Amino acid sequence: MKKLVKGNIALCEGAIISGLSSYFGYPITPQNEISSYLSRKMFELKKVFIQAESEIAAINMVLGAAVTGMRSMTSSSSPGISLKQEAISYMAGMELPALIVNVQRGGPGLGNISGSQSDYFQAVKGGGHGDYKMIVLSPNSAQEMYEFAYDSFDLAEKYRIPVMILTDGMIGQMIEPVSFNKTKKPKNKQNWILNGAKNRKPRSIKSLFVKEGFLERHNIKLQKKYKKIFKNEVKYELYLAEDANIIVIAYGIASRVVKSAIKLSRINNIKVGLLRPITLWPFPSKAIYSFAKTNKKFLTVELNYGQMIEDVKLAVNGITHVEFIGRGGGGVITEYEIFKKIFHIHNNSY
Amino acid sequence: MLLQNMKYLKKYFIFIIILIKMKKIILSRPKSLNNVVFSYCPGCGHGIIHRLVSECIDELSIREKTIAVTPVGCAVFGYDYFNFDVTEAPHGRPPAVATGIKRTNPDKFVFTYQGDGDISAIGIAETIHAANRSENISIIFVNNTVYGMTGGQMAPTTLAGQITATTPFGRNLKNEGFPIKLCELLSVLDGTVYLERVAIHNPKNIINAKKAIKRAFQCQIDQKGFSLIEIVSNCPVNWNMSPVDSMKWIEDKLIKTFPLKIFKDKI
Repeated sequence: MKKLVKGNIALCEGAIISGLSSYFGYPITPQNEISSYLSRKMFELKKVFIQAESEIAAINMVLGAAVTGMRSMTSSSSPGISLKQEAISYMAGMELPALIVNVQRGGPGLGNISGSQSDYFQAVKGGGHGDYKMIVLSPNSAQEMYEFAYDSFDLAEKYRIPVMILTDGMIGQMIEPVSFNKTKKPKNKQNWILNGAKNRKPRSIKSLFVKEGFLERHNIKLQKKYKKIFKNEVKYELYLAEDANIIVIAYGIASRVVKSAIKLSRINNIKVGLLRPITLWPFPSKAIYSFAKTNKKFLTVELNYGQMIEDVKLAVNGITHVEFIGRGGGGVITEYEIFKKIFHIHNNSY
Repeated sequence: MLLQNMKYLKKYFIFIIILIKMKKIILSRPKSLNNVVFSYCPGCGHGIIHRLVSECIDELSIREKTIAVTPVGCAVFGYDYFNFDVTEAPHGRPPAVATGIKRTNPDKFVFTYQGDGDISAIGIAETIHAANRSENISIIFVNNTVYGMTGGQMAPTTLAGQITATTPFGRNLKNEGFPIKLCELLSVLDGTVYLERVAIHNPKNIINAKKAIKRAFQCQIDQKGFSLIEIVSNCPVNWNMSPVDSMKWIEDKLIKTFPLKIFKDKI
């Protein structure tokens, strides 16, 4: 049975059923449903909910819960996520699993409160200092908000890495039918957590390695882990891509508009398909390259002025043409604008 | 005079020899402190404070359920010196990190160990709000009036006129403001349960400091709420003084600005 809920609420339910122990957050639009909903829900479940004094305190509370192996999350929107970057870098260095949700809004600065995709670089390139990555998941429906939140803790614990759900104000606020089909699962056993040095040697969790060569060794270890994730965890969705001459790359809410534009193009006998990256990091570079080799043309659609297109171009590696259309500042591109672009590409008139 | 001393020493040695023969241990390294070389400078107060904290944890038998949070600064290396679980935290954020640990693990003993820059400059918001929520954690705040690890820059607690790496002409109150008195500041919050300022410049004060730390720890064990012990300490290297002079300076100058007393006791 399906229920009509907002994307933000679906996400909360996914996190709760996967064993969320604690939530720490700070008010910011358009993600306020998350903290409002969890303030009631976590109380009923006798779990931890704290409205922190700042975004910085909230993410550091998550860090604290994470060192003890507890499943913990925070959520925010673009300006708040910028404030969290220092601690995210620490968590990458300390190898802590946790869930960070960015319900993106328009930027730069205070921007506005409507949905946007302008934090792509910050999310996938490591928004804080240091050589690090985190797993970035991009849902495009309320159902996926639920499912990805449910999966993210397993993924985070499997690799000891922070996971970000990079969504936006539109998916967060949109009300859609969601099937709450997941069940509770047993806790993963972890042998690195801090739970008191009883019958074992004391443990410490840190990101400081001042002795000669130690930091380099730590970085090499992290890079090996990232390679493993890149090998095993890439996810993407294909839509009418098999016979397509033009491949559109879009994620999140943009991919929903693209699907409509593709339907419009197919009616007009233009063979267009969609490749939707679900994991923005690790990015589905190999899949994109294999399409590029078959001499297809590419169009990247984003709700910004061109961020993911850089990764698409790196994947394509110059062997075919990559076009871009986007709209930023909280505006949403329409299917007709995308269709017009597809039409021009089809007629080689770009 | 010398003869008298010799006499005293002789008695003392005989006493020790008797104890050794009885195989009675009168003093040893606390179990909570590792047998390693500390990176602290000669004469630094951190060594004394580490020992006091460790003795208290041993005496309260809470070593096996302790999770400590170390700051950014000289004491970041606490994870190598303490013989219990320790996590690092970003600069100024230990009270938030400790909040996350304690709220999700209320059965554990959680304390932070922070310096003046960490707790009263970059992390003052986290400190005030953890205190205001009356988080059931304990904070050991080491006030030596300078940023020690980065080379002795001015801290919020630097005294008026005190020369530091960034106040070469002495702290100018018009330009840099006044020394922050954290215990006084926190004492007005309803959430704080136990606040005391102690010092470690002589044996009498060291004994007092230990009592205060133990009381703060007991406060958490009894689930009473937020406790903070400010320990006025020294930094001979950055103060440009001998260890002995630095202890004298605490007595003559520091505790005039930072009076030693119990600021709050709701236990």
